[in-house]
Amino acid sequence: MKKIIVIGGGVIGCAVARELSRYEAEIILLEGGVDVAEGASKANSAIVHAGFDAKPGTMKAKLNVEGVKMYPRLCAEVGAPYGQPGAMVLAFTPEERPTIEKLYEQGIQNGVEQLRIIERDEILALEPNTNPDVECALLAPTSGLTCPYELTYALADHAAVNGVNFVMNARVNGIRKDGEGFVLATEKGEMHAELVVNCAGMGSGELHNQLSSRKVRLIPRKGEYYLLDHELPLLFTRTMFQCPSKMGKGVLVSPTLHGNTILGPTAEDIDDATDVSTTREALALVNERSRMTWPGLTLRNVITTFAGIRAHEENGDFIIGAVEGCPGAYETVGVESPGLSSAPAIAEMLAGQIAGENALPLKPEWKPAPVRKKPFYAMSLEERVEAVKEDANYGALVCRCEQVTEAEIRAAIRRPVGATTIDGVKRRTRAGMGRCQGGFCSPRVLEILAEELGIDPTQVTKGGGKSNLLVSTIAQAMGKEDA
Amino acid sequence: MLSNELSEQVQSVDVLVVGAGPAGMAAAIAAREAGVESLLVLEREAHMGGILRQCIHNGFGLHRFKEELTGPEYAQRDIDRVNELGIEVRCGTTVLSIDENRFVTAISKEKGVQLFQAGAIVLAMGCRERPRGALGTPGTRCAGVYSAGTAQKFVNLEGYMPGKRVVILGSGDIGLIMARRMTLQGAKVLACVEIMPYSGGLNRNIVQCLEDYDIPLLLSHTVVDIQGKDRLSGVTVAKVDEKRNPIPGTEQHFDCDTLLLSVGLIPENELTRQAGVTMSATTQGAVVDDRLQTSREGIFACGNVLHVHDLVDFVSAESFRAGRAAADYVQGKNREGRYVSMQDGNGVRGVVPQQLLVPEGEAEPVQVMFRPAGVYENATVVVRDGDQEILRRRKRIFTPGEMAELTLKPDMIRSIEGDTVTVEIIV
Amino acid sequence: MERQITCINCPVGCRLQVTLENGQVTRVEGQSCKRGETYAMQECTAPARMVTAAVPVQGRTTPVSVKTRTPIPKEQIFPCMRQLATLRLTAPVRMGDVVLSNVCGTGVDVIATKTVE
Repeated sequence: MKKIIVIGGGVIGCAVARELSRYEAEIILLEGGVDVAEGASKANSAIVHAGFDAKPGTMKAKLNVEGVKMYPRLCAEVGAPYGQPGAMVLAFTPEERPTIEKLYEQGIQNGVEQLRIIERDEILALEPNTNPDVECALLAPTSGLTCPYELTYALADHAAVNGVNFVMNARVNGIRKDGEGFVLATEKGEMHAELVVNCAGMGSGELHNQLSSRKVRLIPRKGEYYLLDHELPLLFTRTMFQCPSKMGKGVLVSPTLHGNTILGPTAEDIDDATDVSTTREALALVNERSRMTWPGLTLRNVITTFAGIRAHEENGDFIIGAVEGCPGAYETVGVESPGLSSAPAIAEMLAGQIAGENALPLKPEWKPAPVRKKPFYAMSLEERVEAVKEDANYGALVCRCEQVTEAEIRAAIRRPVGATTIDGVKRRTRAGMGRCQGGFCSPRVLEILAEELGIDPTQVTKGGGKSNLLVSTIAQAMGKEDA
Repeated sequence: MLSNELSEQVQSVDVLVVGAGPAGMAAAIAAREAGVESLLVLEREAHMGGILRQCIHNGFGLHRFKEELTGPEYAQRDIDRVNELGIEVRCGTTVLSIDENRFVTAISKEKGVQLFQAGAIVLAMGCRERPRGALGTPGTRCAGVYSAGTAQKFVNLEGYMPGKRVVILGSGDIGLIMARRMTLQGAKVLACVEIMPYSGGLNRNIVQCLEDYDIPLLLSHTVVDIQGKDRLSGVTVAKVDEKRNPIPGTEQHFDCDTLLLSVGLIPENELTRQAGVTMSATTQGAVVDDRLQTSREGIFACGNVLHVHDLVDFVSAESFRAGRAAADYVQGKNREGRYVSMQDGNGVRGVVPQQLLVPEGEAEPVQVMFRPAGVYENATVVVRDGDQEILRRRKRIFTPGEMAELTLKPDMIRSIEGDTVTVEIIV
Repeated sequence: MERQITCINCPVGCRLQVTLENGQVTRVEGQSCKRGETYAMQECTAPARMVTAAVPVQGRTTPVSVKTRTPIPKEQIFPCMRQLATLRLTAPVRMGDVVLSNVCGTGVDVIATKTVE
């Protein structure tokens, strides 16, 4: 059986691993972080783009449009959230109208369906909170939403039940060809594989350059966001874009599938690919730009701000397929927006190519994704009655803001690729995602994590590494000299 | 609509109290003492006592008990009384919904989903702390940033230290108390940073929690950057101008592993909103009348869920009134009269109650509470009915950090002719 | 000797200038009422504080909270904490139990303020 190492546990790596798990092979997924979905996949706009943005003829255009079509079924199969509220791209001046027309043309060429250019009256009728000074808009009913990290977790679980071995905290620092196979220098020691798939996101450029003579350069591009509480009634039902610039799709105002409103992102090229700090300037810019779309914007309901990094490739297109001149190596490099939208298509295409070129046979049986219970907050009263009868832990509400129960927190830790950190629990269950941001529930989540993982509470981390929440017991602290 | 099976499980209760913190306990005690037999208290935590359980410092009960107690001791007095009166309290039980007809759903491990039809409901859910996200402070999202109350819970109830070198943002009382607690338990507190030119905490706490331990209080300063990849490694603090914008060039850096936030409390009113109760944007609690009844008949609110108090003694006093009012309501002791509204005038924020009944018969004295909008020395609070002054009282000082209180006597209430009463501070 | 202190009796927080001679308060200025003077006398000659703490209980994660029954001299706060650190309490501890008598020779007992069964 061929041994394949997939490098990177973002949405792409997990989707590729899941597709590969249909075939007879020994598959290991190495993730540098403490969990999957720790990079770009945890901090982006969550939009499944219709596909009018990308230049016709590019990888981006092809895979985006294909990917979007696969989304509803994929999400249903793995148990990830998906919705299709549609989107608009707004023009505020007559000068911007040609941009809208160009996007429309592009969309038609790319095969996007149902696109229409609409005028002010219709815009305001569809989205009454839009800036009344709007000129015209591109309406894209096929634009969708997902939750990028929930999708990644679901893909990972599905891959895991089909035999993919996930190894966390195993950053790949170096890779070289060794005879027929590859040697990988990882944080967990040296590893060997016959085939490698480089889905390392921001780190994929470096690995590519170690394998190929045709060098690429990835530029970390940071985007900052505001997230508003779902206590605020949704003021826009669609994703509202502004006209794109060379730095990307611009600042959007969009609902999330959980009923929050998201504002952002900015787009700033930075040097440090690990710098996900927010800045006063960028947040002010998000505020200012969002007001163009939504003059009634209020920041009173902000529950958090965050930043994500996208790997922008100099030439602006995805690099997907076999690494040139390096048989056995495959890659997905420069997967920035519309990467999330393209993920299903990227995975299917690449896994198909790998299987074909290496004659991997299909498994006789490919197990379905594990079925997860509906979240408690979404259950009807009757469903709640049944749930708590089956498992008393549904009776203990841990997160008040998002109504997350102890049963769900324990289940999140016990998933095939389970949560091992406070953030991992938070993103899998929404405990701590609400307006108190974990103020009430984090001590209890910490306790449950320690119990489930069999570790001391002082070893529990927020997001891996040295992000421990507690430094010592009070007994240890009191044993010291005067502070 | 409920299925038949579920309808059969609906339990009817005369007075249902949500929360067994100081407010809920006092309301329940008052309701039972007023003769309510069918009475139930639902508490989401495993114990009664609410936030007092983790407030192990002294300073509670001076008004009510004329002695200085710690939080757990204060709570225990109410717990003892609740037990003495045989009041049923279901701990570990979270209320999931309340509707406008006082139909309540709750859940617990032991009893599963529970359904109630309440004659009256007293809301006593308390408040929560403003988190970092609400401040929009830039920087990384590393571990080591806690609200002060969360840290207090870790230390006092769970026996763990959340950090060793601490900066505190906000000088609310919980922040000050935690500065002392962390110091006593072996940590080093580097500074307490307050964006306003004055502290929101009591003088006593500034002296005994900061000055006693040489912890600097940096007024008109704020945290402008939070650093650290995994765990917090430091914060940058800068001076702010009158508009609270950071002044470039005034930055100073603190190496620390912990940032505690004490930047305000918000009444926890999700259930209140669900019940369709009219809310006040100023107090962030329900709009209530002089008997603490909300805009929904038979639903009452008291304690920090109504408006954030400084002293638990006043929470208890207010909640006793709410409990009695709920009892009167289910016992059919209705009042006749006409409602007038009470409004914030100059220098006044968040008058409670917002509605006042001018009864046809006997009037009862009414406690009015509000927060001064600023610091006013040698000022006078005036209650006006149109041009008519109905109460005037001079005070040495008003500060936003201290809730102000006054009593409207029955004759003052009876004298009200207009439909709006205004409370204002005249300097 | 001159000392500046803040009066804690009310929210006014008068800044008091206290003159001390041979450890005795000879003059207090800045107070706006009589209570300021009394406070200055006490605070400058024999400052005292109630000490409260969370103290570990052996074999339990939940600590017990304690307090000095009455205020103790301010300079004894840290010695008191150090002495509390040496305690090896075992459950059950009941509210009101003396966990440490005559802390640091102050004549004041430290008592539990909660019950740990």
